[in-house]
Amino acid sequence: MASPDSPGTAQPHRRLTLDWKDVSFRVTLPLLAMLAAMLIGAGMLILLKANALTAYGAMLAGVFGSVYGFTQSLVKATPLLLVGLGICISFRASVINIGGEGQIIVGALMATWFSLTFRTWPGWLLLPSTMTMGFLAGAAWGFVPGILKARLSVNEILTTIMMNAIGLQLMNLLLRGPLIDPDGVKAGTFLHQSERLPEQVWLPRLVPQTSLHAGLIIAVLLAIAVYIFLWRTTIGYRIRAVGLNREASRYSGINVPFYQTLSLTLSGGFAGLAGVVEVIGVQHRLLEGITSGYGFSGIVAALFGGLHPLGTIPASWLFGSLLVGADKMQRAVQVPSALIDTVLGLIVMFVVGSAILSRRWANRRAVTTQGN
Amino acid sequence: MTETSIFTLPGVIGVLSSAVRLATPYLFAAVGESICQSSGVLNLGVDGIMLMGAYVAFVVTLFTGNVWLAVLAAMVVGLLMGLLMSVISVTLRAEQGISGIGLYMFGLGLSSLLFKVTVGTVKTVVGFQPIKIPVLGDIPVAGEILFQQSLPVYAAFLLVPLAWWFLDRTTWGLKIKAVGHTPAAADSLGVSVLRVRYVAVCLGAILAGLAGASLSLAMVNLFQENVTAGMGFIAVALVYFGGWRPVTIMAGALLFSFMNALQLWMQVLAVKIPSDLAVMLPYLLTIAVLAVAHSHEREPMALNRPFERGEH
Repeated sequence: MASPDSPGTAQPHRRLTLDWKDVSFRVTLPLLAMLAAMLIGAGMLILLKANALTAYGAMLAGVFGSVYGFTQSLVKATPLLLVGLGICISFRASVINIGGEGQIIVGALMATWFSLTFRTWPGWLLLPSTMTMGFLAGAAWGFVPGILKARLSVNEILTTIMMNAIGLQLMNLLLRGPLIDPDGVKAGTFLHQSERLPEQVWLPRLVPQTSLHAGLIIAVLLAIAVYIFLWRTTIGYRIRAVGLNREASRYSGINVPFYQTLSLTLSGGFAGLAGVVEVIGVQHRLLEGITSGYGFSGIVAALFGGLHPLGTIPASWLFGSLLVGADKMQRAVQVPSALIDTVLGLIVMFVVGSAILSRRWANRRAVTTQGN
Repeated sequence: MTETSIFTLPGVIGVLSSAVRLATPYLFAAVGESICQSSGVLNLGVDGIMLMGAYVAFVVTLFTGNVWLAVLAAMVVGLLMGLLMSVISVTLRAEQGISGIGLYMFGLGLSSLLFKVTVGTVKTVVGFQPIKIPVLGDIPVAGEILFQQSLPVYAAFLLVPLAWWFLDRTTWGLKIKAVGHTPAAADSLGVSVLRVRYVAVCLGAILAGLAGASLSLAMVNLFQENVTAGMGFIAVALVYFGGWRPVTIMAGALLFSFMNALQLWMQVLAVKIPSDLAVMLPYLLTIAVLAVAHSHEREPMALNRPFERGEH
């Protein structure tokens, strides 16, 4: 369209989607994608002979009908936001991190091991050091695919997926041996879960009688920090530059491999933190299935939030609500909550599929601005 | 328990024949994905398609007892999911890595939803039975390993030369590769990039559906939630591993399934190495091989790049 002169202009041109000037268009598009997916979900409900209105009504009531439901949506939003922040960083560098699941697991494993090992430490020391260690564990899980991509051009999508499998097996191994709850062994149940963590490492609860914990505040503060990092610091600028145009970044002297590795490492760190928060905020011990698929749904949240840390905040809450609502829906109309997983998959496809519209729109806008 | 029994002849034959059997779903899926990737489209949703294929094949067999109808149904479902992927990734030019993850989530969710609604509990079906090939099956050792398998296993291995012939020796195969390497050039010669990519993605998806069917009808003979446990992702890795060549993909699939078979035997024989550690081995090996032997020489140059006229 507007790139007649040189091949080099094509790439940044296509990436004009990252222009943030018109928020309304960008907010409407994903919402329309979501609406379309929900409509298909409604069609599926009707095919399953369930009343779609009752089902979606139950979802809404599940979230907004009680203090517990509402806080529960925020509890689920917290890990989604943390994973999503990491996704914002790596996807902005055009590095695809599918390894959230594995990174959550190693973060949770590290938090469990660390806080149990140093259980005599006072809370003011144990809590921050546990969180740091969990972050570092997740970061290490992101670093491996990062360095492999940067130095040997190994596809990071594949390595992050392999790292997921390795992380999962590592957890299975540790929960059946070194980390298994001694009480469970004594009682002969051999449940695959860890011992309860020392109380001083538990995150304080924000609303009594609910699971809402201080992790939410940490996640929101970190979202602001990531926004400042990506848009107000040199390192963040370079990460985005690498994502926008790798070649141009290299010619202008940016160490591309370094920033690719860094983005995936940080991304892993945030996912690791999500694992920590699940362990010390919600469960107070490590359980199998600790990730609840947040490694994947965090990607959905970040995409929905326009890969913007601040946009990811409401997006995470939206998907947190969807997850809570799915359970309520299951009870109200006896349709398995897997329906919502299906709808989530459709949302992902529709959101990335509709990106072409915002691209065209941005192109048209760019052309008109040039005309002026 | 005799720990050394793995080194006896029956032990070796057992491991090798189950390695050949376990390679089947990987072969179907990875060869299909290599066709798809050769056209320049990365389909990360293979696992989701496999799950749907596995579910549909299982449920059709359960209700009709007809395995052939089941296989056909799995192919149709594969085709439909391939069309969905094509619309999003080829026509709408979406970021392929992410749309594939969407397709995976969709397949994972829908297959568990339908399974819970239609079946609910674990049930087994009578799938494909082993068929001993006359003469060849009587060869000592090799016959037991290779020629006493079920039909899907033979089909998967026959697919390898077939896919090679298709990609390297037919007009369609060459069109697919041209579109995967230099879509602009192919376009200027009058090849419809979109149409070729649709065909390649759908072929790959049909094979992924078959991969799922081979899993539920010839391997485990049942369906449960997430029965593939990430096999489809391994299949995608095997394509890189094998450098987009069906024969090397087969070698990779056999290596991977051999490690799996070995690890299963170690569990059975209660070998002292913790089995979870052994389960990690195939993944560690895959990363190591990707890191060491990963060559971009044969990688389709336009892989993961949506095609738009006037863009390079």
